[in-house]
Amino acid sequence: MSVAQQVQSNPAIFISGNEAVALAARDAGCRVASAYPGTPSTEILEFIAAYPDLYTEWSINEKVSLEVAIGASLAGSRALCAMKHVGMNVASDALMTQTLIGAVGGLVIAIADDVGLSSSQNEQDSRYWGRFAHLPVLEPSDSQDAYDMTRFAFGLSEQYAVPVILRLTTRICHVKGLVTLSIPQVKEGRKFTKDPSRLVMVPGNARQRIPLMLERDKTLATFSESCSLNVIEQGSTRQVGFITSGAAYCHVREAFPDAPLIKLGMSHPAPIEMIREFADSVEKLVVIEEVEPLLETELKAAGIQLHGKEAIPRMGELTPAVITPAVARLLGKENTIAAVGVTEVFPRPPTMCVACPHLGIYYCLSHVKNTIIAGDIGCYTLGAGHPWNALDTCISMGASLSVAQGIDKGRSEEDANKNVLAVIGDSTFLHMGMQGLLDITYNKGNVTILLLDNRAVGMTGGQNAPSSGLNIHGDATVKIDFRKLCEALGVRSERIHEVNPYELPTLFKALRDEVKVKEPSVIITNQPCVLTERYAKQPPLTVDTDKCTGCSNCLDVGCPAILVARRETVIKPNGKEKVLSFVNIDSAACTGCNLCINTCAPDAIVPVISTARIDTVELK
Amino acid sequence: MEQITNILVVGIGGQGVMTAADIISQAAILDGYDVKKTEVAGMAQRGGVVTSHVRFGNKVLSPSITPGHADLMLAFEPAEALRWVTHVRNGATVMVNSYPQAPPVVSVGLFDYPENPEQQLADHPINLVNFDAGNIAIHLGDRRLVNSVMLGAIAAHLTLSSEVLKTALLSRFKNKGAEMLALNDAAFEAGKHASLTPTQ
Repeated sequence: MSVAQQVQSNPAIFISGNEAVALAARDAGCRVASAYPGTPSTEILEFIAAYPDLYTEWSINEKVSLEVAIGASLAGSRALCAMKHVGMNVASDALMTQTLIGAVGGLVIAIADDVGLSSSQNEQDSRYWGRFAHLPVLEPSDSQDAYDMTRFAFGLSEQYAVPVILRLTTRICHVKGLVTLSIPQVKEGRKFTKDPSRLVMVPGNARQRIPLMLERDKTLATFSESCSLNVIEQGSTRQVGFITSGAAYCHVREAFPDAPLIKLGMSHPAPIEMIREFADSVEKLVVIEEVEPLLETELKAAGIQLHGKEAIPRMGELTPAVITPAVARLLGKENTIAAVGVTEVFPRPPTMCVACPHLGIYYCLSHVKNTIIAGDIGCYTLGAGHPWNALDTCISMGASLSVAQGIDKGRSEEDANKNVLAVIGDSTFLHMGMQGLLDITYNKGNVTILLLDNRAVGMTGGQNAPSSGLNIHGDATVKIDFRKLCEALGVRSERIHEVNPYELPTLFKALRDEVKVKEPSVIITNQPCVLTERYAKQPPLTVDTDKCTGCSNCLDVGCPAILVARRETVIKPNGKEKVLSFVNIDSAACTGCNLCINTCAPDAIVPVISTARIDTVELK
Repeated sequence: MEQITNILVVGIGGQGVMTAADIISQAAILDGYDVKKTEVAGMAQRGGVVTSHVRFGNKVLSPSITPGHADLMLAFEPAEALRWVTHVRNGATVMVNSYPQAPPVVSVGLFDYPENPEQQLADHPINLVNFDAGNIAIHLGDRRLVNSVMLGAIAAHLTLSSEVLKTALLSRFKNKGAEMLALNDAAFEAGKHASLTPTQ
């Protein structure tokens, strides 16, 4: 059977936007793909890693990841780099120069914006990078688009020797839809061609490249006017027309099935003349764009009359439930979506996993007084929540150390006796934290650093990193020695401690000792993430209800397997009321890490003796 | 506009909400529909609230179900059913696993678990089907079977054929041995039975 026949006989497959990007990269003959994991982009590389003909890697951070892809492109191969929106901030240094050099092999940068902040420290609009770096921006609306446009992007990149930004959002990455694949291409790598005047961006050479980049802008703007990705859909009404792109297109099309609209698949450079003509054909023109009024400003500057963010929300997803009432108000009509009531139910915030090695750390931190604790990005950010409330800051990846240094140096008299701590995970430390540690040692800061090494990028699902000693495929590779690394970064070896986070007394002692020392110290924990295969389960625990005194110390650990079975209010001898909480343990979830045993004075927590039946947990 | 069926699957991270939604989607594909599926999950695997939207019909555009427009809700936990019940339309079938799971914030007394969530749900203009799927799963021998029990339970309430839904479910276990297949088959049938003879 020929390839064409195979594809023809292939029914549509049901895949997410992330998987569609991965498949498209493979089918476009991409040879190198790199990323640092980050929601909602993580799965792109996980899927690509399954294709044996492509080189894939988890890079140390997004700047490194982009530079790897740039190198591959310059060597003549098609290359893809994926990241989440905040990752582009890290990678931007490379991006802003690469735009002058341009691509050789097709270079596609997939940036996934977390619109609505499902798991990010901010919401930002990556379309800006297209304007800032003078690069074309493609915006798929669903999985089929994601597949088609990724393939288109590689071709576009080579045709104009320009890196192409593929702007994705959560509702593209994590939506599954039906996709029909087209015939795969095979692209061999081309020979690296020496060309210092183009590839070596010293001022003299870079100066020559800027006019070329500006010329390329004009060419791309002309291309956009007739680009097949920019589509006019003629509606049956004229009262209101829309300009939209990405996930917002699907929402608009659903909310206003009869309205004319322009779907911008290539949203930068925008096809201004196409839009101007369209504007004349409708009574009211509305730009529906998620997050920033980017197109709105550009189109207004081009003299096109339209409505935008004065009517449409500036943050979050633009679902039909959001757009419909907003446009109704604009048209002076009644909203057709009935108001939906709200049910008051307790919040269910994310928690750390049962037996997570970070539980003990935060238990200790919540019991150490007189501290200021700088936090970082990862699972351990959850230490800011109940029951620990043990983080005072969280800014960006790797910021804990440098922020702690700033707090130390900038502290007022009032805080003179406070202990300044920084908490960071292994992968985060390697991503951007190392530089902060060097700053602390070099500038003689007084910070106690907790380096929570669980040998994985936990928050995104336990991906491998140099701390796990395994690569993206699970093959053995270099395993970083944090003790040596910290020593190399200037921490004295006496001030580096490796502790088992399940051994609470040892952990407490290390913490209490090190905060007293007036120099940088590092406490490294050494147990794996419970989501990974490296974690070994132990026999589960249960509560001897005859011994439980209701003191609730164990609840301070914050393990989700410990539950309150019964509450009782007692009057203490001093006349005060005290609530006792008698607990039990969800033995089916418990992995026997023994952390809670450390906190139980009456020894009421014991191993499950009979493993024949699973205890069920009764509520209340 | 073509008729679209909107199914909301709700529960807690780790319960298999997304898997259940995936299986319903596969069944709809087998029945020849266009399908979109998405989850609305902030850090889902950490015990937080998870909702998955499945939409099928001739042509599906937006992946998100507009609040008040869900035709069927599959809730893996009673408090979660209560949280999302306003997202279903009048007369929608709401299938609830009555086996409660309280999060740590409730367990330690910061918040209360809703009093008699089943009664509160029954106050809504819905077709409530409520049974202890957790208990059925545990009796069959594995708590994780709750997913198959719940899928069996909605089988009789879907426009999709019950056989197609079962095929979509069992195809997940085709490489897991005859015993797993038989167990999930039994769980599916037990759920189907329970949903038709609810013990409220």
